[in-house]
Amino acid sequence: MDQIIQVFFNGAVLERAWPYLVRGVEMTALLSLVIVPIGVLSGLAVAMLYHLHVKWLNGFIRAYVDFFRAFPPLVLLLFIYGGLPFLGVDLPLFGTVALAFLLNTSSYYGEIFRAGLESVPAGQVEAARSTGLSRWQTMVWVVLPQATRNVLPDLVSNTLEVIKLTTLASVVGFTELLNNARNVQALTYNATPVVAAALIYLIALWPLVRLVSRLEHKSIAVR
Amino acid sequence: MELQRLVFSFFNADVASRYWLDIVYGMWVTTYLAAAVVVSGLGLGLSLALARAFQFKPANVLIVIFADAFRALPPLVVIIVLFFAFPYVNLAMSAFTATWLSLSLVLAAFAEEIFWAGILSVPKGQTEASRSTGMSRAQTLVHVILPQAVRLTIPPLTNRMIAITKNTALGSVVAVHEIIYHASSGASEAGNPTPLTLGALAYLVLFLPVVLASRWIETRFAWKR
Repeated sequence: MDQIIQVFFNGAVLERAWPYLVRGVEMTALLSLVIVPIGVLSGLAVAMLYHLHVKWLNGFIRAYVDFFRAFPPLVLLLFIYGGLPFLGVDLPLFGTVALAFLLNTSSYYGEIFRAGLESVPAGQVEAARSTGLSRWQTMVWVVLPQATRNVLPDLVSNTLEVIKLTTLASVVGFTELLNNARNVQALTYNATPVVAAALIYLIALWPLVRLVSRLEHKSIAVR
Repeated sequence: MELQRLVFSFFNADVASRYWLDIVYGMWVTTYLAAAVVVSGLGLGLSLALARAFQFKPANVLIVIFADAFRALPPLVVIIVLFFAFPYVNLAMSAFTATWLSLSLVLAAFAEEIFWAGILSVPKGQTEASRSTGMSRAQTLVHVILPQAVRLTIPPLTNRMIAITKNTALGSVVAVHEIIYHASSGASEAGNPTPLTLGALAYLVLFLPVVLASRWIETRFAWKR
Protein backbone atom coordinates (compact mmCIF):
# COMPACT_ATOMS: atom_id res chain seq x y z
CA MET A 1 0.00 0.00 0.00
CA ASP A 2 2.79 2.38 0.97
CA GLN A 3 4.53 1.59 -2.27
CA ILE A 4 1.40 2.37 -4.27
CA ILE A 5 1.04 5.79 -2.62
CA GLN A 6 4.76 6.42 -3.11
CA VAL A 7 4.55 5.65 -6.83
CA PHE A 8 1.05 6.76 -7.86
CA PHE A 9 0.13 9.54 -5.42
CA ASN A 10 3.44 11.04 -4.41
CA GLY A 11 2.94 14.53 -2.93
CA ALA A 12 6.49 15.73 -3.50
CA VAL A 13 6.46 14.64 -7.14
CA LEU A 14 3.04 16.18 -7.66
CA GLU A 15 4.32 19.49 -6.32
CA ARG A 16 7.15 19.42 -8.84
CA ALA A 17 4.85 18.37 -11.67
CA TRP A 18 2.06 20.82 -10.91
CA PRO A 19 3.26 23.84 -12.96
CA TYR A 20 3.75 21.57 -15.98
CA LEU A 21 0.31 20.02 -15.53
CA VAL A 22 -1.31 23.46 -15.31
CA ARG A 23 0.50 24.58 -18.46
CA GLY A 24 -0.64 21.34 -20.12
CA VAL A 25 -4.27 21.91 -19.16
CA GLU A 26 -4.06 25.40 -20.68
CA MET A 27 -2.70 24.06 -23.96
CA THR A 28 -5.30 21.26 -24.08
CA ALA A 29 -8.04 23.82 -23.45
CA LEU A 30 -6.65 26.17 -26.10
CA LEU A 31 -6.41 23.38 -28.67
CA SER A 32 -9.97 22.23 -27.89
CA LEU A 33 -11.27 25.80 -28.08
CA VAL A 34 -9.80 26.12 -31.57
CA ILE A 35 -10.74 22.70 -32.96
CA VAL A 36 -14.30 22.33 -31.65
CA PRO A 37 -15.78 25.56 -33.11
CA ILE A 38 -13.93 25.16 -36.43
CA GLY A 39 -15.01 21.52 -36.57
CA VAL A 40 -18.66 22.35 -35.84
CA LEU A 41 -18.76 25.16 -38.41
CA SER A 42 -17.03 23.20 -41.16
CA GLY A 43 -19.20 20.16 -40.41
CA LEU A 44 -22.27 22.37 -40.69
CA ALA A 45 -20.98 23.73 -43.99
CA VAL A 46 -20.42 20.19 -45.29
CA ALA A 47 -23.92 19.14 -44.26
CA MET A 48 -25.58 22.24 -45.74
CA LEU A 49 -23.77 21.74 -49.05
CA TYR A 50 -24.91 18.12 -49.03
CA HIS A 51 -28.44 19.27 -48.33
CA LEU A 52 -28.50 21.24 -51.60
CA HIS A 53 -28.72 17.80 -53.26
CA VAL A 54 -26.48 18.58 -56.20
CA LYS A 55 -25.64 15.15 -57.55
CA TRP A 56 -21.92 15.49 -58.41
CA LEU A 57 -21.30 17.57 -55.30
CA ASN A 58 -22.91 14.95 -53.07
CA GLY A 59 -20.79 12.20 -54.57
CA PHE A 60 -17.75 14.29 -53.77
CA ILE A 61 -18.87 15.06 -50.19
CA ARG A 62 -19.69 11.42 -49.51
CA ALA A 63 -16.22 10.42 -50.70
CA TYR A 64 -14.62 13.14 -48.55
CA VAL A 65 -16.54 12.12 -45.45
CA ASP A 66 -15.98 8.37 -45.85
CA PHE A 67 -12.33 8.88 -46.72
CA PHE A 68 -11.55 10.81 -43.56
CA ARG A 69 -13.73 8.61 -41.37
CA ALA A 70 -11.79 5.55 -42.54
CA PHE A 71 -8.47 7.00 -41.33
CA PRO A 72 -7.63 6.73 -37.66
CA PRO A 73 -7.00 10.32 -36.53
CA LEU A 74 -3.49 9.39 -35.38
CA VAL A 75 -2.65 8.13 -38.88
CA LEU A 76 -3.92 11.37 -40.38
CA LEU A 77 -1.87 13.38 -37.90
CA LEU A 78 1.34 11.42 -38.49
CA PHE A 79 0.84 11.52 -42.25
CA ILE A 80 0.38 15.28 -42.27
CA TYR A 81 3.12 15.83 -39.71
CA GLY A 82 5.59 13.62 -41.60
CA GLY A 83 4.45 14.46 -45.11
CA LEU A 84 3.93 18.25 -45.21
CA PRO A 85 7.64 19.14 -45.01
CA PHE A 86 8.21 17.03 -48.12
CA LEU A 87 5.64 19.17 -49.93
CA GLY A 88 7.65 22.21 -48.96
CA VAL A 89 4.87 23.36 -46.64
CA ASP A 90 6.18 24.55 -43.29
CA LEU A 91 3.30 24.83 -40.82
CA PRO A 92 3.85 25.53 -37.12
CA LEU A 93 3.09 22.50 -34.92
CA PHE A 94 -0.20 23.98 -33.72
CA GLY A 95 -1.31 24.42 -37.33
CA THR A 96 -0.34 20.87 -38.28
CA VAL A 97 -2.27 19.41 -35.36
CA ALA A 98 -5.29 21.64 -36.01
CA LEU A 99 -5.34 20.76 -39.72
CA ALA A 100 -5.23 17.01 -39.07
CA PHE A 101 -7.98 17.18 -36.46
CA LEU A 102 -10.07 19.51 -38.62
CA LEU A 103 -10.13 17.02 -41.52
CA ASN A 104 -11.21 14.31 -39.12
CA THR A 105 -13.76 16.19 -37.03
CA SER A 106 -15.43 18.04 -39.92
CA SER A 107 -16.39 14.64 -41.38
CA TYR A 108 -17.95 13.48 -38.14
CA TYR A 109 -19.77 16.74 -37.41
CA GLY A 110 -20.81 16.78 -41.07
CA GLU A 111 -22.43 13.35 -40.79
CA ILE A 112 -24.25 14.37 -37.61
CA PHE A 113 -25.63 17.60 -39.08
CA ARG A 114 -26.62 15.77 -42.28
CA ALA A 115 -28.73 13.35 -40.23
CA GLY A 116 -30.19 16.34 -38.39
CA LEU A 117 -31.14 18.21 -41.55
CA GLU A 118 -32.73 15.06 -42.96
CA SER A 119 -34.79 14.60 -39.80
CA VAL A 120 -36.73 17.84 -40.36
CA PRO A 121 -39.96 17.07 -42.27
CA ALA A 122 -40.33 18.64 -45.72
CA GLY A 123 -43.60 20.24 -44.59
CA GLN A 124 -41.63 22.56 -42.34
CA VAL A 125 -39.71 23.95 -45.30
CA GLU A 126 -42.85 24.24 -47.44
CA ALA A 127 -44.72 26.05 -44.68
CA ALA A 128 -41.84 28.44 -44.03
CA ARG A 129 -41.37 29.18 -47.74
CA SER A 130 -45.10 29.82 -48.19
CA THR A 131 -45.02 32.47 -45.46
CA GLY A 132 -42.54 34.33 -47.67
CA LEU A 133 -39.25 33.38 -46.01
CA SER A 134 -36.36 33.03 -48.42
CA ARG A 135 -34.54 29.69 -48.74
CA TRP A 136 -31.70 31.03 -46.62
CA GLN A 137 -34.06 32.39 -43.95
CA THR A 138 -35.93 29.07 -43.91
CA MET A 139 -32.65 27.26 -43.34
CA VAL A 140 -31.45 29.54 -40.54
CA TRP A 141 -34.72 30.16 -38.68
CA VAL A 142 -36.76 27.00 -39.27
CA VAL A 143 -34.67 24.01 -40.33
CA LEU A 144 -31.40 24.46 -38.45
CA PRO A 145 -32.88 24.97 -34.95
CA GLN A 146 -34.96 21.79 -35.28
CA ALA A 147 -32.11 19.85 -36.88
CA THR A 148 -29.69 20.84 -34.13
CA ARG A 149 -32.17 19.93 -31.42
CA ASN A 150 -32.77 16.52 -32.97
CA VAL A 151 -29.09 15.59 -33.03
CA LEU A 152 -28.01 17.39 -29.86
CA PRO A 153 -26.97 14.18 -28.05
CA ASP A 154 -24.68 13.21 -30.95
CA LEU A 155 -23.24 16.72 -31.16
CA VAL A 156 -22.33 16.80 -27.47
CA SER A 157 -21.03 13.25 -27.57
CA ASN A 158 -18.82 14.02 -30.57
CA THR A 159 -17.51 17.16 -28.88
CA LEU A 160 -16.44 14.99 -25.95
CA GLU A 161 -14.63 12.72 -28.40
CA VAL A 162 -12.88 15.70 -30.00
CA ILE A 163 -11.60 16.94 -26.65
CA LYS A 164 -10.29 13.45 -25.88
CA LEU A 165 -8.71 13.46 -29.32
CA THR A 166 -6.36 16.29 -28.33
CA THR A 167 -4.26 13.76 -26.38
CA LEU A 168 -3.01 12.42 -29.72
CA ALA A 169 -1.16 15.69 -30.28
CA SER A 170 1.29 14.52 -27.61
CA VAL A 171 2.60 11.95 -30.09
CA VAL A 172 4.05 14.67 -32.33
CA GLY A 173 5.43 16.61 -29.38
CA PHE A 174 2.66 19.15 -28.85
CA THR A 175 2.99 20.17 -25.18
CA GLU A 176 -0.55 19.51 -23.98
CA LEU A 177 -1.51 17.83 -20.70
CA LEU A 178 -0.59 14.24 -21.53
CA ASN A 179 2.74 15.17 -23.09
CA ASN A 180 3.78 17.33 -20.14
CA ALA A 181 2.73 14.62 -17.71
CA ARG A 182 4.80 12.01 -19.53
CA ASN A 183 7.85 14.27 -19.62
CA VAL A 184 7.73 14.90 -15.89
CA GLN A 185 7.16 11.17 -15.34
CA ALA A 186 10.34 10.39 -17.24
CA LEU A 187 12.19 13.09 -15.32
CA THR A 188 11.11 11.96 -11.86
CA TYR A 189 10.88 8.25 -12.59
CA ASN A 190 7.50 8.20 -10.84
CA ALA A 191 3.99 7.51 -12.12
CA THR A 192 2.29 10.31 -10.16
CA PRO A 193 2.26 12.92 -12.98
CA VAL A 194 0.54 10.53 -15.41
CA VAL A 195 -1.96 9.38 -12.79
CA ALA A 196 -2.64 13.03 -11.93
CA ALA A 197 -3.19 13.84 -15.61
CA ALA A 198 -5.65 10.94 -15.88
CA LEU A 199 -7.53 12.26 -12.83
CA ILE A 200 -7.62 15.76 -14.34
CA TYR A 201 -9.14 14.40 -17.56
CA LEU A 202 -11.60 12.38 -15.52
CA ILE A 203 -12.74 15.31 -13.38
CA ALA A 204 -12.88 17.75 -16.30
CA LEU A 205 -14.76 15.48 -18.70
CA TRP A 206 -17.04 13.64 -16.30
CA PRO A 207 -19.78 16.35 -16.34
CA LEU A 208 -19.82 16.14 -20.13
CA VAL A 209 -20.23 12.34 -19.95
CA ARG A 210 -23.19 12.77 -17.58
CA LEU A 211 -24.72 15.35 -19.92
CA VAL A 212 -24.39 12.97 -22.88
CA SER A 213 -26.05 10.19 -20.88
CA ARG A 214 -28.92 12.44 -19.86
CA LEU A 215 -29.50 13.68 -23.40
CA GLU A 216 -29.34 10.17 -24.85
CA HIS A 217 -31.79 8.71 -22.35
CA LYS A 218 -34.10 11.64 -22.90
CA SER A 219 -34.09 11.19 -26.68
CA ILE A 220 -34.91 7.49 -26.27
CA ALA A 221 -37.69 8.30 -23.79
CA VAL A 222 -39.24 10.72 -26.32
CA ARG A 223 -39.54 7.90 -28.83
CA MET B 1 9.74 19.45 -61.61
CA GLU B 2 7.22 19.52 -58.78
CA LEU B 3 5.32 16.39 -59.76
CA GLN B 4 8.47 14.33 -59.94
CA ARG B 5 9.45 15.42 -56.45
CA LEU B 6 5.98 14.54 -55.20
CA VAL B 7 6.16 11.07 -56.71
CA PHE B 8 9.68 10.59 -55.41
CA SER B 9 8.59 11.55 -51.88
CA PHE B 10 5.21 9.89 -51.51
CA PHE B 11 5.09 7.13 -54.13
CA ASN B 12 8.68 5.97 -54.25
CA ALA B 13 8.63 2.46 -55.73
CA ASP B 14 12.11 1.67 -54.43
CA VAL B 15 11.21 2.57 -50.84
CA ALA B 16 7.81 0.88 -51.15
CA SER B 17 9.40 -2.39 -52.24
CA ARG B 18 11.55 -2.36 -49.09
CA TYR B 19 8.72 -1.70 -46.64
CA TRP B 20 5.50 -3.16 -47.98
CA LEU B 21 5.98 -6.49 -46.23
CA ASP B 22 6.28 -4.76 -42.85
CA ILE B 23 3.03 -2.94 -43.55
CA VAL B 24 1.26 -6.16 -44.50
CA TYR B 25 2.47 -7.72 -41.27
CA GLY B 26 1.17 -4.61 -39.46
CA MET B 27 -2.23 -5.11 -41.09
CA TRP B 28 -2.34 -8.59 -39.59
CA VAL B 29 -1.50 -7.25 -36.10
CA THR B 30 -4.10 -4.46 -36.46
CA THR B 31 -6.80 -6.91 -37.52
CA TYR B 32 -5.93 -9.37 -34.78
CA LEU B 33 -5.88 -6.65 -32.10
CA ALA B 34 -9.12 -5.12 -33.35
CA ALA B 35 -10.90 -8.48 -33.36
CA ALA B 36 -9.71 -9.24 -29.83
CA VAL B 37 -10.89 -5.82 -28.61
CA VAL B 38 -14.32 -6.19 -30.21
CA VAL B 39 -14.92 -9.65 -28.73
CA SER B 40 -13.83 -8.83 -25.19
CA GLY B 41 -15.20 -5.28 -25.17
CA LEU B 42 -18.65 -6.26 -26.43
CA GLY B 43 -18.74 -9.32 -24.18
CA LEU B 44 -17.92 -7.32 -21.08
CA GLY B 45 -20.25 -4.48 -22.06
CA LEU B 46 -23.19 -6.84 -22.61
CA SER B 47 -22.52 -8.70 -19.34
CA LEU B 48 -22.46 -5.42 -17.42
CA ALA B 49 -25.71 -4.24 -19.02
CA LEU B 50 -27.38 -7.56 -18.18
CA ALA B 51 -26.07 -7.40 -14.63
CA ARG B 52 -27.49 -3.90 -14.37
CA ALA B 53 -30.91 -5.18 -15.43
CA PHE B 54 -31.15 -7.14 -12.17
CA GLN B 55 -31.20 -3.79 -10.35
CA PHE B 56 -28.97 -4.68 -7.44
CA LYS B 57 -28.12 -1.19 -6.16
CA PRO B 58 -24.44 -1.51 -5.08
CA ALA B 59 -23.53 -3.38 -8.28
CA ASN B 60 -25.33 -0.77 -10.38
CA VAL B 61 -23.43 2.09 -8.76
CA LEU B 62 -20.12 0.36 -9.56
CA ILE B 63 -21.18 -0.30 -13.15
CA VAL B 64 -22.20 3.33 -13.67
CA ILE B 65 -18.91 4.56 -12.20
CA PHE B 66 -16.96 2.20 -14.46
CA ALA B 67 -18.90 3.25 -17.56
CA ASP B 68 -18.58 6.95 -16.76
CA ALA B 69 -14.87 6.77 -16.02
CA PHE B 70 -13.91 4.93 -19.18
CA ARG B 71 -16.08 7.16 -21.32
CA ALA B 72 -14.45 10.26 -19.83
CA LEU B 73 -10.82 9.08 -20.03
CA PRO B 74 -9.07 9.51 -23.38
CA PRO B 75 -8.04 6.00 -24.60
CA LEU B 76 -4.42 7.08 -25.06
CA VAL B 77 -4.28 8.12 -21.40
CA VAL B 78 -5.58 4.69 -20.34
CA ILE B 79 -2.98 2.94 -22.49
CA ILE B 80 -0.16 5.08 -21.12
CA VAL B 81 -1.20 4.61 -17.50
CA LEU B 82 -1.42 0.82 -17.95
CA PHE B 83 1.83 0.57 -19.87
CA PHE B 84 4.05 3.18 -18.21
CA ALA B 85 2.63 3.54 -14.69
CA PHE B 86 1.79 -0.02 -13.68
CA PRO B 87 5.35 -1.41 -14.06
CA TYR B 88 6.30 0.81 -11.07
CA VAL B 89 4.21 -1.51 -8.87
CA ASN B 90 5.51 -4.64 -10.62
CA LEU B 91 2.44 -5.01 -12.81
CA ALA B 92 4.23 -4.84 -16.12
CA MET B 93 2.39 -6.01 -19.21
CA SER B 94 3.32 -6.21 -22.86
CA ALA B 95 2.44 -3.30 -25.13
CA PHE B 96 -0.06 -5.52 -26.93
CA THR B 97 -1.78 -6.53 -23.68
CA ALA B 98 -1.90 -2.93 -22.43
CA THR B 99 -3.46 -1.72 -25.69
CA TRP B 100 -5.90 -4.62 -25.87
CA LEU B 101 -6.96 -4.22 -22.24
CA SER B 102 -7.35 -0.43 -22.47
CA LEU B 103 -9.40 -0.47 -25.64
CA SER B 104 -11.53 -3.37 -24.35
CA LEU B 105 -12.36 -1.45 -21.19
CA VAL B 106 -13.23 1.67 -23.19
CA LEU B 107 -15.40 -0.27 -25.62
CA ALA B 108 -17.06 -2.13 -22.73
CA ALA B 109 -17.98 1.18 -21.08
CA PHE B 110 -19.62 2.53 -24.24
CA ALA B 111 -21.23 -0.82 -25.12
CA GLU B 112 -22.70 -1.14 -21.62
CA GLU B 113 -24.38 2.27 -21.97
CA ILE B 114 -25.70 1.43 -25.45
CA PHE B 115 -27.04 -2.00 -24.44
CA TRP B 116 -28.57 -0.50 -21.31
CA ALA B 117 -30.30 2.21 -23.32
CA GLY B 118 -31.61 -0.54 -25.60
CA ILE B 119 -32.93 -2.56 -22.68
CA LEU B 120 -34.63 0.55 -21.24
CA SER B 121 -36.28 1.24 -24.59
CA VAL B 122 -38.33 -1.97 -24.42
CA PRO B 123 -41.71 -1.12 -22.87
CA LYS B 124 -42.35 -2.35 -19.35
CA GLY B 125 -45.44 -4.26 -20.45
CA GLN B 126 -43.19 -6.71 -22.29
CA THR B 127 -41.50 -7.72 -19.06
CA GLU B 128 -44.78 -7.92 -17.16
CA ALA B 129 -46.42 -10.02 -19.87
CA SER B 130 -43.59 -12.53 -20.13
CA ARG B 131 -43.18 -12.76 -16.36
CA SER B 132 -46.88 -13.48 -16.03
CA THR B 133 -46.55 -16.39 -18.49
CA GLY B 134 -44.25 -17.98 -15.92
CA MET B 135 -40.85 -17.10 -17.41
CA SER B 136 -38.07 -16.39 -14.94
CA ARG B 137 -36.37 -12.99 -14.87
CA ALA B 138 -33.35 -14.39 -16.72
CA GLN B 139 -35.56 -16.05 -19.35
CA THR B 140 -37.49 -12.81 -19.83
CA LEU B 141 -34.27 -10.91 -20.31
CA VAL B 142 -32.76 -13.36 -22.80
CA HIS B 143 -35.83 -14.36 -24.82
CA VAL B 144 -38.02 -11.26 -24.72
CA ILE B 145 -36.12 -8.09 -23.85
CA LEU B 146 -32.74 -8.64 -25.52
CA PRO B 147 -33.98 -9.56 -29.01
CA GLN B 148 -35.99 -6.31 -29.08
CA ALA B 149 -33.26 -4.24 -27.46
CA VAL B 150 -30.43 -5.38 -29.71
CA ARG B 151 -32.05 -4.09 -32.89
CA LEU B 152 -31.99 -0.54 -31.58
CA THR B 153 -28.39 -0.84 -30.43
CA ILE B 154 -26.90 -2.00 -33.73
CA PRO B 155 -26.28 1.38 -35.45
CA PRO B 156 -24.65 3.12 -32.45
CA LEU B 157 -22.75 -0.03 -31.58
CA THR B 158 -21.35 -0.31 -35.10
CA ASN B 159 -20.16 3.29 -35.03
CA ARG B 160 -18.54 2.82 -31.65
CA MET B 161 -16.85 -0.41 -32.73
CA ILE B 162 -15.37 1.31 -35.76
CA ALA B 163 -14.14 4.20 -33.63
CA ILE B 164 -12.50 1.88 -31.10
CA THR B 165 -10.91 -0.45 -33.66
CA LYS B 166 -9.40 2.59 -35.37
CA ASN B 167 -7.89 3.43 -32.00
CA THR B 168 -5.67 0.34 -32.38
CA ALA B 169 -3.38 2.87 -34.07
CA LEU B 170 -2.73 4.26 -30.58
CA GLY B 171 -0.85 1.05 -29.85
CA SER B 172 2.00 2.44 -31.94
CA VAL B 173 2.72 4.91 -29.12
CA VAL B 174 3.74 2.02 -26.86
CA ALA B 175 5.39 0.21 -29.81
CA VAL B 176 2.76 -2.39 -30.70
CA HIS B 177 3.93 -3.48 -34.17
CA GLU B 178 0.76 -2.53 -35.99
CA ILE B 179 0.41 -0.62 -39.26
CA ILE B 180 1.30 2.91 -38.24
CA TYR B 181 4.25 1.74 -36.12
CA HIS B 182 5.86 0.13 -39.17
CA ALA B 183 4.82 3.06 -41.37
CA SER B 184 6.35 5.79 -39.24
CA SER B 185 9.49 3.89 -38.24
CA GLY B 186 9.93 2.98 -41.92
CA ALA B 187 9.48 6.61 -42.93
CA SER B 188 12.12 7.87 -40.51
CA GLU B 189 14.50 5.04 -41.41
CA ALA B 190 14.21 5.71 -45.14
CA GLY B 191 14.04 9.50 -44.79
CA ASN B 192 11.09 9.30 -47.16
CA PRO B 193 7.34 9.41 -46.37
CA THR B 194 6.41 6.60 -48.80
CA PRO B 195 5.92 4.07 -45.95
CA LEU B 196 3.38 6.51 -44.48
CA THR B 197 1.51 6.49 -47.79
CA LEU B 198 1.54 2.69 -47.70
CA GLY B 199 0.27 2.78 -44.11
CA ALA B 200 -2.54 5.16 -45.05
CA LEU B 201 -3.49 2.88 -47.96
CA ALA B 202 -3.46 -0.12 -45.63
CA TYR B 203 -5.94 1.63 -43.33
CA LEU B 204 -8.14 2.51 -46.29
CA VAL B 205 -8.12 -1.14 -47.40
CA LEU B 206 -9.11 -2.30 -43.92
CA PHE B 207 -11.55 0.41 -42.88
CA LEU B 208 -13.22 1.80 -46.00
CA PRO B 209 -15.28 -1.41 -46.41
CA VAL B 210 -16.20 -1.18 -42.72
CA VAL B 211 -17.31 2.46 -43.03
CA LEU B 212 -19.36 1.64 -46.14
CA ALA B 213 -20.90 -1.38 -44.40
CA SER B 214 -21.84 0.83 -41.45
CA ARG B 215 -23.71 3.16 -43.82
CA TRP B 216 -25.68 0.15 -45.05
CA ILE B 217 -26.31 -1.11 -41.51
CA GLU B 218 -27.51 2.34 -40.47
CA THR B 219 -30.25 2.36 -43.12
CA ARG B 220 -31.03 -1.34 -42.70
CA PHE B 221 -31.60 -1.12 -38.95
CA ALA B 222 -32.88 2.44 -38.84
CA TRP B 223 -35.50 3.06 -36.19
CA LYS B 224 -38.89 2.89 -37.86
CA ARG B 225 -41.47 5.08 -36.20
